[in-house]
Amino acid sequence: MKKHLTLLATVALLASPAVAQDLTVTSFGGAYGAAQKEHMIDPFVAETGVNILFEDYGGGVAEMKAQVEAGNIQWDVVDIEVIDLERACAEGYLEVLDQSVLPDGDDGTAAADDFIPDALANECGVGNIVWSVVFAVNTENGPGPESIADFFDTEAFPGKRGLRKRPQVNMEWALIADGVAPEDVYATLSTDEGQARAFAKLDTIKDDIVWYDSWSQAPVLLNDGGAQMVQSANGRIFAAIKDDGAPFSIVWDSHVYDLDVWAIMKGSPNLETAMEFVKSATRTVPLSGMQDVAYGPTRKSAQALLPESVKQDLPTAHLDEGLKADGIFWADYGESLGEKFNEWLLQ
Amino acid sequence: MTAATPNLDRADARNAAREARKRKLQAFLFVVPLLVFIIFAFVAPITTMLYRSIHNPTVANLVPETLAALAEWSGDDMPDDAVLIQFAADMKRMANDRTSGKLADEINRALPGMSSVVKSTARALRRVDDAEIASNGATLLKDANDRWADPATWRALKAAGKPYTDSYYLTSVDLERDADRSIVQRDTQIYVKLYTKTLRMALIITLLTVLLGYPLAFYMAHASDKMANFLMVFVLLPFWTSLLVRTTAWIALLQTNGVVNSTLMALGIADEPLEMLYTQFSTVIAMTHILLPFMVLPLYSVMRGIDQSYMRAALSMGSKPLGAWYKIYLPMSLPGLSAGALLVFIISVGYYITPALVGGTDGQMISNIIAFHMQTSNNWELAAALGSLLLVIILLLYWLFDRFVGASNIKLG
Repeated sequence: MKKHLTLLATVALLASPAVAQDLTVTSFGGAYGAAQKEHMIDPFVAETGVNILFEDYGGGVAEMKAQVEAGNIQWDVVDIEVIDLERACAEGYLEVLDQSVLPDGDDGTAAADDFIPDALANECGVGNIVWSVVFAVNTENGPGPESIADFFDTEAFPGKRGLRKRPQVNMEWALIADGVAPEDVYATLSTDEGQARAFAKLDTIKDDIVWYDSWSQAPVLLNDGGAQMVQSANGRIFAAIKDDGAPFSIVWDSHVYDLDVWAIMKGSPNLETAMEFVKSATRTVPLSGMQDVAYGPTRKSAQALLPESVKQDLPTAHLDEGLKADGIFWADYGESLGEKFNEWLLQ
Repeated sequence: MTAATPNLDRADARNAAREARKRKLQAFLFVVPLLVFIIFAFVAPITTMLYRSIHNPTVANLVPETLAALAEWSGDDMPDDAVLIQFAADMKRMANDRTSGKLADEINRALPGMSSVVKSTARALRRVDDAEIASNGATLLKDANDRWADPATWRALKAAGKPYTDSYYLTSVDLERDADRSIVQRDTQIYVKLYTKTLRMALIITLLTVLLGYPLAFYMAHASDKMANFLMVFVLLPFWTSLLVRTTAWIALLQTNGVVNSTLMALGIADEPLEMLYTQFSTVIAMTHILLPFMVLPLYSVMRGIDQSYMRAALSMGSKPLGAWYKIYLPMSLPGLSAGALLVFIISVGYYITPALVGGTDGQMISNIIAFHMQTSNNWELAAALGSLLLVIILLLYWLFDRFVGASNIKLG
């Protein structure tokens, strides 16, 4: 009998890591991840006692696809860009969420009215932040580029350009720099000629591009001189300026803004806990905490909590200069342009 | 007596045979674990990989009824409306099961650009009711996207529906089938170039390890035991260090503001930082460093076994040192050189982690693209075809090596 007990205890010990890990939440790391940990993860852990494993990923749908197709779901909750959300949702990598259970805002407004419309536009996600892809320069190098056209002008502004290794945003910028009006960008990109035009424009700076894989690498590249100008999520640059006093400056011209949402992996074994986390993380106060990294909260009640001094650094203050990322376009063309982009890279 | 002897012999023979069988069985039982391991860890995965590169039933499983309806179709003009209606119904079902993305991926590989057509059509048909599809499905399909009115689209669907295909191997050598099913060059030529680049880089790395490793092994083989052991530590130390650490060290050395560049600039040799990281150059340098022990170790152990008196004899008979080395020493050290060169070459052809970390886009090798298709584009069939082709190339090179140098001429010690 005693022997059996020991055996049981051993089995329980061996099994315990899996039991203790109640929820795996995946996001983008760096300064953004730190803000999410402080304002969303830690309060939820303190309230519920649920253990959370907070992991980083580089975006995109490939890892979700691999997990769902292999039937081996490792993530529960995932922070995903709307640019990828349509595709992930339509292809069945995410659970459809019941948005009616979301709590009211702290000022009493019903959730459906409190969230900005884009935040609940997709049935698989609940809006988290409004953020933007901008480019940034190191001001120590003297006067730098001021527009996307400058970014593509290697004669006037020599030096390396850091870009994230994917077609999203890069194709849009290439067309804008080539003279396509922002409102025509996605219509142009839907045609073979438009795609060829974007690749031709990217060809003109191909030798000067440093490719990186994850947003957290962008401020690093700019800091260590690996690139003179980098594409980045606006919050990463904001955090580097604010926290580390880095001599960076953000260029808002033709920024591509988008939402990030919390979504739940299809087939997550912890569906209920995962939904509790999403509900908790998208309440008014946790959302307002995203101002630490200059990302706009997706609840009106949270926006009201922001001090005036912060608002000018948020993407929402620059919408007229920007382009809204088209999730439906990228749901349709993400796969084919992804393969074309990779072939272009290797040419 | 005479009658008993053959009986006894027969019984003896039976016993002896039984004994031998038992011994054989015992010997076999000893290798069973290894055999099972090899079958599960080596034979089975490689066979599945080879099979996957020609067999892909995804489309056949997704739209079996449409494909059955298409079977009768000649392929010259548009298929019947009945086929289109069947397909529209399939699309609606897939949009609601969220499996239309899989179909989009597959058809896109048969006819690039189709991914967006399938996905937008699935979205358009998702909420249409069944009766409407049954009566008006063909028109709905053509309204959703005019490419459904093009016979080429249906030919692509029919082609993608075949569970057995050679298209992945064609793609691996930059070919494809056009609308008439004849084989033509693809628009983008990348894979053949990549295979040649991979082989060229592997050859350069092998030559560099020979140039660096041969003199070192020679010196070690002829030095005092104390010195040889001391040097051996320096050969083995990096060998025992994590591959990632060694590769990352090269990043620190070669980056724009890294050690090498700051030294060059401090000495006034370079005015501005040289671009070394994320190029073919950095891949070759880092891999040469990492693979050097594979060259030095077999060379050293073979050279230790060479009797020095041969060289002394040649020299005492008036041969020049270089001539004696060429005529006497080189042929005797050749087995070690063959073994080292073959090891380094074959390992570097399939190398993945170092080019991925320091190669940028210029220094990527074929294995990085295989990994890309495994992990990012999820095109496992193409990855399998590219991998199988790499296997064939290596076997071919080994065969050539065997023809000209002789596989028996390889010695590890």
